[in-house]
Amino acid sequence: MNLLSDIGRFVIMLKGMFAKPENGRMYWREFMQQCAEIGIGSLGIVAIISVFIGAVSTIQTAYQLVSPLIPLTTIAQIVRDTVILEFAPTLVCIVLAGVAGSRISSELGNMRVSEQIDALEIMGINSKAYLILPKILAALIMIPLLVVIAMVLGILGGRLAGTMAGIIPANIYDKGLVELFVPYNVFFALTKSYVFAFIISTIPAFYGYYVRGGALEIGRASTKAVVVSCILILFADYILSALLL
Amino acid sequence: MIEVKNIQKSFNGKVIIEDLNAVMKAGQCNLIIGASGSGKTVLMKCMVGLFQPESGEILYDGTSFTQMNEEQRTAIRKDIGMLFQGSALFDSLNVEENILFPLNMFSTDTPAGKNERVNQVLERVNLPGVNKKFPSELSGGMKKRVALARAIVLNPKYLFCDEPNSGLDPQTSLVIDKLIRDITLEYNMTTVINTHDMNSVMEIGHYILYMYQGKKEWEGSNKEIIFSKNQRLNDFIFASDFLKDAKDMRMLEERGKIDPERNMDDLLK
Repeated sequence: MNLLSDIGRFVIMLKGMFAKPENGRMYWREFMQQCAEIGIGSLGIVAIISVFIGAVSTIQTAYQLVSPLIPLTTIAQIVRDTVILEFAPTLVCIVLAGVAGSRISSELGNMRVSEQIDALEIMGINSKAYLILPKILAALIMIPLLVVIAMVLGILGGRLAGTMAGIIPANIYDKGLVELFVPYNVFFALTKSYVFAFIISTIPAFYGYYVRGGALEIGRASTKAVVVSCILILFADYILSALLL
Repeated sequence: MIEVKNIQKSFNGKVIIEDLNAVMKAGQCNLIIGASGSGKTVLMKCMVGLFQPESGEILYDGTSFTQMNEEQRTAIRKDIGMLFQGSALFDSLNVEENILFPLNMFSTDTPAGKNERVNQVLERVNLPGVNKKFPSELSGGMKKRVALARAIVLNPKYLFCDEPNSGLDPQTSLVIDKLIRDITLEYNMTTVINTHDMNSVMEIGHYILYMYQGKKEWEGSNKEIIFSKNQRLNDFIFASDFLKDAKDMRMLEERGKIDPERNMDDLLK
């Protein structure tokens, strides 16, 4: 019953966002602010995770490919495809659910509890449109960009680890990267990143916007938002893989 | 003028406001008083549209607010200012940006004109020179004054104040009360105030609505409240012996038995 009521409220929240902005310039400013917070604010952690994921992938793949019959370029191909298909979109988005999602949830929760959302409504401002829509649009633009950056850094991290550890020479790695490359994989990864971006922005916004109580409830809402977002990301990952691959 | 007609509101089957009627006139401070849980805040939230009453009507100068669609409500909300209990200032914005926010959203004035208006309202609430400070750097009383400045920056016709004195010392409470009263008279606003503060009741209560368990128990002015025989009201307002004595003194003053300008030093000799 609670689940159905939550789904209903979630749909109403999304529907309530679509209204004519009271002042386009203020909405644009809020959108740019959110782009900076979601995009630039998460860039550091995304870069660190991506480089290490790529590096670990290279070392572990090399460790498992013991047959001398398999060419070294295969390591680069496996790292490339794993990073593009799974690590960059899914793992990075799970991290972003924690970083950006908890921020969205706690920001809106704090605004709700301290009556700032009520203050917006009293001023005649559609609080859902002003507070939630720019976050969703910013996530839909910035998260796929972060995923592309994660792909590049992941592959570069793999190259760096491979050459530094003497597993694979740089020219062989580069040769492997372009061999049997399927551009559809990038399309698939970006499709996933758009779906995950929607989850990362809307679920925490929902839990934050409708929080009731005080500081404790804001914390609980943030935790719940991150947990639900992660589960939905993994679920969506499975569905999209089954449908599109 | 705001008219409240037969308002009914309940949550999870529990009636919070029952068949309540009131008329709140322009150019005066209309106080809603009552114990915690008596429905004051719910009534105010119904009046500003944050809650939808189950039945009854709220009329703003004769126009039914309860029957308006969201677009019409948005239009009338530009005439409403509200001072929240916790001030509800935007944490990420400084004082100037907080007050500029409604101006940027709705005013077509030039940036210089908007800044001038910000300084004007800050001076009006006796807070010049705090433009660049953030809410976290302000005291409770200063936050309330900034929130009041933000509430009046668009020259609203209706001002709502939810417990404006909560958490403030008696002296600052007096300053806030005086400000609200002066601004109400100056702009001829319809001001509605939720309060527990008995000093506010006696000082600025042009019209007082006393709520008891979601119903209107008593209404009148701060002059009439002194002579009220309503036991529940008297128990609530004049709860302590000190306040009972103060009431008796005020009654004697009003009836001319004691000179209001009496010299206490002479009397104590």
